Amino acid sequence: MIKGLAVLSFSFILGMWCGQLLGAWLAINTNVGGVGFAMIFLLLSKEFLSKKGWWNGELEFGIEFWNKLYIPVVIAMAASLDVKSALSSGWLAILAGIIPVLLAFWVFKILMKNLNPARQ
Amino acid sequence: MNELAQVIGKNGLIVAFLVVGILTWLCDLFSKKILNARIPGSAIAIFLALVFGYLGGVWAGGEKGLADLPLLQGLSLLGGSMFRDFAIVATAIGASFVLIRKSGLLGLISLILGIGIFFFSGVALGWVMGYRDVISLCTIGAGACTYIVGPVTGGALGASSEVIALSIGTGVVKTIAVTILTPIFAKTIALDNPGAAMAFGGIMGTSSGVAAGLAATDPKLVPYGAVTATFYTGLGCLLCPSLFYLLLKMLLE
Repeated sequence: MIKGLAVLSFSFILGMWCGQLLGAWLAINTNVGGVGFAMIFLLLSKEFLSKKGWWNGELEFGIEFWNKLYIPVVIAMAASLDVKSALSSGWLAILAGIIPVLLAFWVFKILMKNLNPARQ
Repeated sequence: MNELAQVIGKNGLIVAFLVVGILTWLCDLFSKKILNARIPGSAIAIFLALVFGYLGGVWAGGEKGLADLPLLQGLSLLGGSMFRDFAIVATAIGASFVLIRKSGLLGLISLILGIGIFFFSGVALGWVMGYRDVISLCTIGAGACTYIVGPVTGGALGASSEVIALSIGTGVVKTIAVTILTPIFAKTIALDNPGAAMAFGGIMGTSSGVAAGLAATDPKLVPYGAVTATFYTGLGCLLCPSLFYLLLKMLLE
């Protein structure tokens, strides 16, 4: 189990490092795509270990556990957001938080109608 | 009772597991027995968590929702960015490399489209509500992208703290709106396959909102949405205070 967790942690740190380096390189001092890079490293590690024949159920369990823990983490995150001040910082925050989202849903629908990847 | 409070105070993270576990359990039961599983239990749990976050803000008066109550401070550790990002990366174990590569271009188009939509509609709303100076408008537009792009842009341009707070509020409202609306609209907008989820992550951007909304829609889609959404904030921080600011300045001055 801990080996799988180590693989996940290794990919995570490496990915976050790439994100941080990219952010520093663009001079914006924030992490650019760290999570995305980490996911790619995780998929590469899985491919590499499978080819070597080192990938097994026990190892996968360490990663699977965190995969399953994802929704509980989101629930905890939602409960610790500053919902109150988001709703009380005025009408503009509420309007500018919701109207663009509706607009984006609409644009997304049009985009999917024209190039839905499932139909190609 | 005093002893129990001590134990709870020392073991915040464990208490958070217990609280979230019980909430999930109750919501699953409610979803199965009363709603015939028409709304997934996780969607109800996330929505209720937001309501509790609001109530926590009212009771404790802080800015971390329910986690400002001393007995529940472990929630901010469990729901903090470290565990959130770690768990999102772990979801990639169910993703396929081939699919991610195949939808790469669509993901890129949607990222640029998404940042543009949110920034400029945010600016337009700021204008309608009476803001006229370029720096404030730019900060509000950036806040409509995410609650990180807003303060980063405002800080870089030297916006007032009131406007920066407003941009953070806007970003948090956006996250909440995406979380709640995604499972509701998912069917109508054909959000039911990995490629669509990647485009969705790029357009909506807020990684916590996209991930939570997709988790409530279909957990299998989470890694695909997350892989594009994770670039959104960085790209927003790059574009808003530079290219978009200059564009806005040219338009308004």
